[in-house]
Amino acid sequence: MQIDRLLLLAVLAMLALLTDSSRLAIAAPAGDHDLVAKGEYLAHAGDCIACHTNPGGALFAGGFPMATPFGTIYSSNITPDPTTGIGSWTADQFYGAMHTGRFPDGGLIYPAMPFASYTKVTREDCDAIFAYLRSVPPVHQPNRPNDLRFPFNNRQLILGWRTLFFQEGEYQPDRTKSAEWNRGAYLVEGLGHCSMCHTPINALGGSSQSQAFEGGLIPMQNWYAPSLTSNKEAGLGEWSIEEIVDLLRIGVSHRGAVYGPMAEVTYDSLQYLNDTDVRAMAVYLKSLGQGNPLAPEVSGIPAPESSLLMSFGQTVYSTHCAICHAADGRGMPPDYPPLAGNPSIQMESSVNPIRMVLNGGFPPGTAGNPMPYGMPPFAQTLSDDEVAAVVTYIRAVWGNRGSAVSARQANELRTAPLD
Amino acid sequence: MLNGLRRVVRNGGRQVDRAILLVSVMLCSAAVAAAEPTEHAPDTMEARLRACVPCHGRQGEGTNNDYFPRLAGKPAGYLMNQLVAFRDGRRRYPPMNYLLEYQADPYLQKIADYFAALRPLPLPPTVADVSPAVLARGRELVTEGDRAHGVPPCSGCHGPKLTGMEPAVPGLVGLRAAYISAQLGAFRYGTRTAAAPDCMQLVAASLTETDVTAVAAWLASQPIPPDPSPVPKGTLSMPLACGSEPN
Repeated sequence: MQIDRLLLLAVLAMLALLTDSSRLAIAAPAGDHDLVAKGEYLAHAGDCIACHTNPGGALFAGGFPMATPFGTIYSSNITPDPTTGIGSWTADQFYGAMHTGRFPDGGLIYPAMPFASYTKVTREDCDAIFAYLRSVPPVHQPNRPNDLRFPFNNRQLILGWRTLFFQEGEYQPDRTKSAEWNRGAYLVEGLGHCSMCHTPINALGGSSQSQAFEGGLIPMQNWYAPSLTSNKEAGLGEWSIEEIVDLLRIGVSHRGAVYGPMAEVTYDSLQYLNDTDVRAMAVYLKSLGQGNPLAPEVSGIPAPESSLLMSFGQTVYSTHCAICHAADGRGMPPDYPPLAGNPSIQMESSVNPIRMVLNGGFPPGTAGNPMPYGMPPFAQTLSDDEVAAVVTYIRAVWGNRGSAVSARQANELRTAPLD
Repeated sequence: MLNGLRRVVRNGGRQVDRAILLVSVMLCSAAVAAAEPTEHAPDTMEARLRACVPCHGRQGEGTNNDYFPRLAGKPAGYLMNQLVAFRDGRRRYPPMNYLLEYQADPYLQKIADYFAALRPLPLPPTVADVSPAVLARGRELVTEGDRAHGVPPCSGCHGPKLTGMEPAVPGLVGLRAAYISAQLGAFRYGTRTAAAPDCMQLVAASLTETDVTAVAAWLASQPIPPDPSPVPKGTLSMPLACGSEPN
């Protein structure tokens, strides 16, 4: 009897265990699903796709060429293929790559991979991204060897670069700031890797932390990534939070639109982030631009010549530009962006306004702006003199305070790469 | 599957897009009402696509520039294939690759439909600056082909009036000689590629340099017929299999 009872108890206990474990078995995939979904979201925040997917190619299979001043680097396959991808990596090894910029075998990763930013990402978030990457279809595609010139093909040089420009460590919240501000800072400085473009890049290919977010010309692309700290550039101190959110997530706003390399960031990354996160980024970015009053720009071209340029520029503007941007430069926002008071036109570097006139462009097609209005390319229509005149004009009227532009500057940008 | 999902997110969900557009339009109007009133951009494709005008003309009729094609009246399926190929880099031309890089399929389809439906007055055909013998060779290749060298006649796929066939075979009239020969060269050298089997790659590879000059000169000298519409799908039984033209 007692034995029977014991047996019965044992059977019941086993049944209970079985039930529990079957519950766990059901619960586990749901947990995985949440983790994968979180990882997918964070992978969007990190814009992994921009470099690790070739346009029209398989998701995350790599092979995307990135031109650098030192040669061409090809992005790697990060699908879970065990031989050509990261299928044999562990979560620890993935975190190591993100956090320390080293391959599982200890080898050094070229800093084209923004590990100087990704080092700030928490272990928890890295694990979620890893779970997501393990869930995508594996693609058997061997990595293409980099095509770097001597001496840059020697990976040991990265050690020197790391000493100068790499500081390992997860993001440390600033306790004097709000949780929202800290979330924004975490996204901008970490996964967003904004400093890769918006901090001056020196001859060694490094970005100095003391000049963080002060802007600079993006090597090889010939687009100027404006300073995020100066209100004269993309400093957003005077923008409303709504306007910053629109610019980042929709791609157009009542103050201006994203274009060039930033259009890619909105298209591939920011449009997929939720309102809370984009708002947090806006709060942080706005704070970077505060306490930076505008200083008047001094024209680099003698007055008589620049007044000729101005009257010529006004003629070109009335003929080609006023139909959309209006005679008073107020545009028809958000579709035809305003030029009056638009910081991206008045920056010290005139590269971006010249390129917009030459190449035109569409803001990215996003959920919030699925059918953007495009700016015509004027490279075929306008001469170097006309481009210089009209850019000088829009930089100097309606209260704008940019310096004059020369025909030579316009000419040099005709050959700037378009991809 | 995730690839598919991504495509859905990027390309699909028109209704969601519309709903979001509506909401953002409402928000924008509210913002404008609060600030100083400014004029609104017209809610038309014409106003959205001013970027196309300098090279393709106000109504897609083409311009005086030899290298920029007419777009108006070409089949929408053909235009869509080209827009996607430019966006994804399968057809290389940096100014176009740059303009379309960050646009999703539903918008590209609207752009294709817009130009396919336009019927502007045609530009006058160009006078060919080649010898009558070359012109005759061009006419022969276009209308009869060159069996001995495996060249099918252009009209076999592009239609007896060379206005193309729905949904994706383009018309060949109303284009300039420089554009046509540049495209035949691009097919041959792989800077313009289409879905496999890439029939135009095969055709271009079987033409000599002189053939290319002759075909381009003769086509460019032909006037656009009064009705430039492509012939309906399935009208012609094509001599070659083309990945871009489901048949």
